[in-house]
Amino acid sequence: MKSLQSCLRWLLSAVLFLCVGPIWAEDTQSTADHSKFEQLQEEFETGPEVTKACLSCHTEAAKQLHKTTHWTWAFENQLTGQTLGKKNVLNNFCVATATNWPRCTSCHIGYGWKDDSFDLSSEQNVDCLVCHDTTGTYKKFPTGAGHPNYEPKKWPPKKGKLRQPPDLQLIAQKVGKPGRSNCGACHFYGGGGDGVKHGHLDSSMHKPNRATDVHMDSEGLNFSCQTCHTTGGHEIAGSRYAPKPADERGVVIPGQPDQNRATCESCHGSEAHGEEANPKLNSHTDKVACVTCHVPEFARGGRKTKMWWDWSTAGRKDANGKPLVKKEDGYAVYHFKKGDFTWEENVVPEYFWFDGDVRYTLFGEQVDDSGVVPINRIQGSYEDPDSRIWPFKVMRGKQPYDSKNKILAVPHLFGKDPDAFWKSFDWGRALKAGLMARGKEFSGEYGFVETEYFWPVTHMVAPKENALGCVDCHDRNGRLAGVGGFYMPGRDRNETLDLIGWLMVLGTFGGVTVHGLGRMVSKKGRSS
Amino acid sequence: MAMVKLYAGFERFWHWSQAALVILMLITGFEIHGTFTLLGWEQAAEIHRFAAWTLIGLWAFAWFWHLTTGEWKQYIPSPMERILAMVKYYAFEIFQGKGHPFHKDRSHKHNPLQRSAYLGLHLFIGPAIWISGLLYLFYGDLGGIGLEWLPLGAIALIHTGAAFLMLTFLVAHLYLAITMSDPPGADVKAMITGYEEVED
Repeated sequence: MKSLQSCLRWLLSAVLFLCVGPIWAEDTQSTADHSKFEQLQEEFETGPEVTKACLSCHTEAAKQLHKTTHWTWAFENQLTGQTLGKKNVLNNFCVATATNWPRCTSCHIGYGWKDDSFDLSSEQNVDCLVCHDTTGTYKKFPTGAGHPNYEPKKWPPKKGKLRQPPDLQLIAQKVGKPGRSNCGACHFYGGGGDGVKHGHLDSSMHKPNRATDVHMDSEGLNFSCQTCHTTGGHEIAGSRYAPKPADERGVVIPGQPDQNRATCESCHGSEAHGEEANPKLNSHTDKVACVTCHVPEFARGGRKTKMWWDWSTAGRKDANGKPLVKKEDGYAVYHFKKGDFTWEENVVPEYFWFDGDVRYTLFGEQVDDSGVVPINRIQGSYEDPDSRIWPFKVMRGKQPYDSKNKILAVPHLFGKDPDAFWKSFDWGRALKAGLMARGKEFSGEYGFVETEYFWPVTHMVAPKENALGCVDCHDRNGRLAGVGGFYMPGRDRNETLDLIGWLMVLGTFGGVTVHGLGRMVSKKGRSS
Repeated sequence: MAMVKLYAGFERFWHWSQAALVILMLITGFEIHGTFTLLGWEQAAEIHRFAAWTLIGLWAFAWFWHLTTGEWKQYIPSPMERILAMVKYYAFEIFQGKGHPFHKDRSHKHNPLQRSAYLGLHLFIGPAIWISGLLYLFYGDLGGIGLEWLPLGAIALIHTGAAFLMLTFLVAHLYLAITMSDPPGADVKAMITGYEEVED
């Protein structure tokens, strides 16, 4: 009786812990109530004024942030020696940041990056609130170079909704640890809209259900981004520029020097499948990434992702001479500013061997325009113990290039000046201005070249019951039909052996049949 | 003619359980190979793996039984002229209604052709299947025994090749075992009851 009571008590406390646990996680248990801070009692006019107040206590915060990719938009890849980051790379969405700064930097963690003169050493221009706002009311204005609007302003311009300026004082008094929506404000909308870029990060991840993301499930584990993307001194673990396709550290426990948890293995280990699972599963992990089976499809949250973007058709007008926009299912499939798109949801990834070595086609690099130009190249192989079969979103499209100098172009898209493509719709002017801004002379000849860009899929991990089954790959036409370098049961066979084998079996069958018939006939002959 | 106990209890159990396991493994194995879809790949693979361990266990008992009872001598190949006499019988004489050149008794329960066929089955096809099968099963750990250079394609080739031989054996064996006795089916019955009528 007594043991039953203690059992019940234990159960009750366990249930209580589980119920209350996530609330603790939300409420930071902070020892500071920012609404009581003297520095935060003033009526702030601008973001930088708030930052100044923050820095009066958090003296090192801006210096820490200045070292991060979030701030510099530049990234030195130690493995490849390439200089990457938003400031430098080209993509096949809006192509490049140069000359389009105020639009692009509405997702920079700073204030005022509107041209090349932006001072990257300015502490006051670090935007604390975009990450630390807990009210959900702080929004950078889409064309504000990182500032929110300080006056009521419409977005989209003219016919859009009126946006009220944020209450900076209130927001400053309620700062806390970043939640999914802080990160999501930019990372869910990369590429110019909801779910456009990654396909496994979109607005469904603000409050995902279990089927969309088993870890972030808002009614389940309710992870924040930092649960995996561990932070320290404002440095955040996990980078697409230097991905880690295989993590052999094992489960990360306190005391280890590297506390980075931005890999599946850092919590689950590399043999994560338990006793109840098929024993063969663990023997796959030396060759197959976790996400290959556990992210069976991306864009699963009810939002589509962009899979194709053809800039070459931009600039068209409809029959009435008005700029053309075509929508299907609520998604623009043609926009006069940007060209043709295709959108997909529940997308089956493409699979490749991947060793983490990603080489970009850097600006100014000569491209071979006779085929598809890779924006980045991935590599890896079956033989390499550090490679895994990894799922990718492959973004494809057509984008402008200098067809004489054979370099990918930087289009000057956004701006009030007549060179901006979205003003004059003149590619010649837009490309000249864009290339010039990055220090290249435009030859005057341009074309559109097809490009592809490989994006490793990492988020939207599905519940285990939705993970791939054996036959999804172990099949003649399975998901890994195109992944080479090894023999896979169910997919591969030796055609010659099969031919000989079946000839032997059928030959024997035919032989014994003829033999048996022969015996019957000869017996009949003898008895008659 | 007299009823003689030709097949011991264990031998009969071994034969039929081996038959069932081999057929099960052929079905699941060729599904894993991608020849057809019947149980579903994962199910087929799991049954195949389970049956493999069972069969290996059975093989171990059978080896022990054969060695301790001396029954292994039943598989010592006959002289070539006696094997050829069997071949001649199956190829020609059987159609002429001539008598069987071999008469079984307790210490010679297999005809010369059977002796060689079963010896080949147990010494060549069987081990080829289970050795390649074990390498297949533990492919990820082959580095531990210095075999990391062995490609899975080669292991699969041997495994599949041996499976084709096993299937071929099965077809021929079924035909011979069911129809060659007098009356047809007597050998099958003997393999169930243990007793068969043999000439004195």
